Amino acid sequence: MAGAKEIKSKIGSINNTRKITSAMEKVAVSKMRRAQERVAHSRPYAEGMRKVIGNIANGTLEYRHPFLTERPVKNVGYIVISTDRGLCGGLNTNEFKRVMIDLKAWKEQGANAEFAVIGNKATAFFKRFGGKVVAQQVGSGDTPRLADVIGTVRVMLNEYSEGKIDRLFLVYNNFVNTMKQEPVIEQLLPLPKAEMSARSHSWDYIYEPDPKAILDKLLDRYVESQVYQGVVENAASEQAARMVAMKAATDNAGSLMDDLKLVYNKARQAAITQELSEIVGGAAAV
Amino acid sequence: MAMTVQLDVVSAEEKIFSGLVESIQVTGSEGELGILPGHIPLLTGIKPGMVRIVKQFGEEHLIYVAGGVLEVQPHTITVLADVAVRAEDLDEQAALAAQKSATEAMQHAGADFNYAEAAAQLAEAIAQLRLIQKLRKK
Repeated sequence: MAGAKEIKSKIGSINNTRKITSAMEKVAVSKMRRAQERVAHSRPYAEGMRKVIGNIANGTLEYRHPFLTERPVKNVGYIVISTDRGLCGGLNTNEFKRVMIDLKAWKEQGANAEFAVIGNKATAFFKRFGGKVVAQQVGSGDTPRLADVIGTVRVMLNEYSEGKIDRLFLVYNNFVNTMKQEPVIEQLLPLPKAEMSARSHSWDYIYEPDPKAILDKLLDRYVESQVYQGVVENAASEQAARMVAMKAATDNAGSLMDDLKLVYNKARQAAITQELSEIVGGAAAV
Repeated sequence: MAMTVQLDVVSAEEKIFSGLVESIQVTGSEGELGILPGHIPLLTGIKPGMVRIVKQFGEEHLIYVAGGVLEVQPHTITVLADVAVRAEDLDEQAALAAQKSATEAMQHAGADFNYAEAAAQLAEAIAQLRLIQKLRKK
């Protein structure tokens, strides 16, 4: 029965692991729900902002903001949003792979890259990868605030204004549904043309104090809100991915336990049979 | 019945108010503003303070906003509110903090994410020790 005891303790330890993973799964489910609500809450602001900016961009305006004008690409910037913690499947890895592919395309065109990272995983990745990281933000936790991204965004906006980067991209995991999250790369600056739809008749706002000041303020906030949206979207994706990963782990632990139980029973039976045959053999000898 | 206009007060983190109003009063960057339905298009910054709303059927409502932008169209008013009071130097401070944190993270190890690297170094050291032991035995 020596083997049987070891198997039993192994079953016990797998059972404990299963309890942990199933608890993590349940936590992820409830956190995901809250994260999804947060995504829904932050949408109206971004939509309102996009509408206003679309109107301004179409307006008869003599002032061209640098955020709206295209220039030849010598350097690109990425804001990469990742999770702070692991155990969420291939979420971060897939995202970083996506960045690397995109980066390679830019490198072939002779462009250099700068990164701003949000989240521990991205920090660790770019430390190993050796990219030029100009800003970092970690520890947003489960309830990210807009204030968390302001610093990082500001650094990249300054870089853009100073001409150190000519394009700014945002990378995050888009929450499609519970089973599916996909990494996306969005262009933040200059503002993509598609967002400025054509308008039939011509009118313009009254600006107080003047268009330039308002536009500066709006565009900064627009980029911030986009990045914040990415952060909450990524947080929802993280919880969904963790939920799926933990569900798989729980299922695997269950099937492993079943297999081990079978092995344990066989070992037990073998021991009993052996004892019996020994007794019978002993009786026959007498 | 009094004329009404659709008002949306939104911040990046949540939707604060949405509904029909008879008038609103805000402190714009250039002074007090009272806005009634049918106002011509206007875009202005707003100062931190109260927004006084008269809802449909005359009910009054006060909302605190920490600055932001006010957009007025004849049939819709949108207040894009900030989540906290913003100041130029505070933003710069946040930017500096983000930069500093990046250089620190890239240069030396925090306790957290350098675990893998430390483990790799440890494995390397153990391998070296084993080699030395083997050589000694010979």
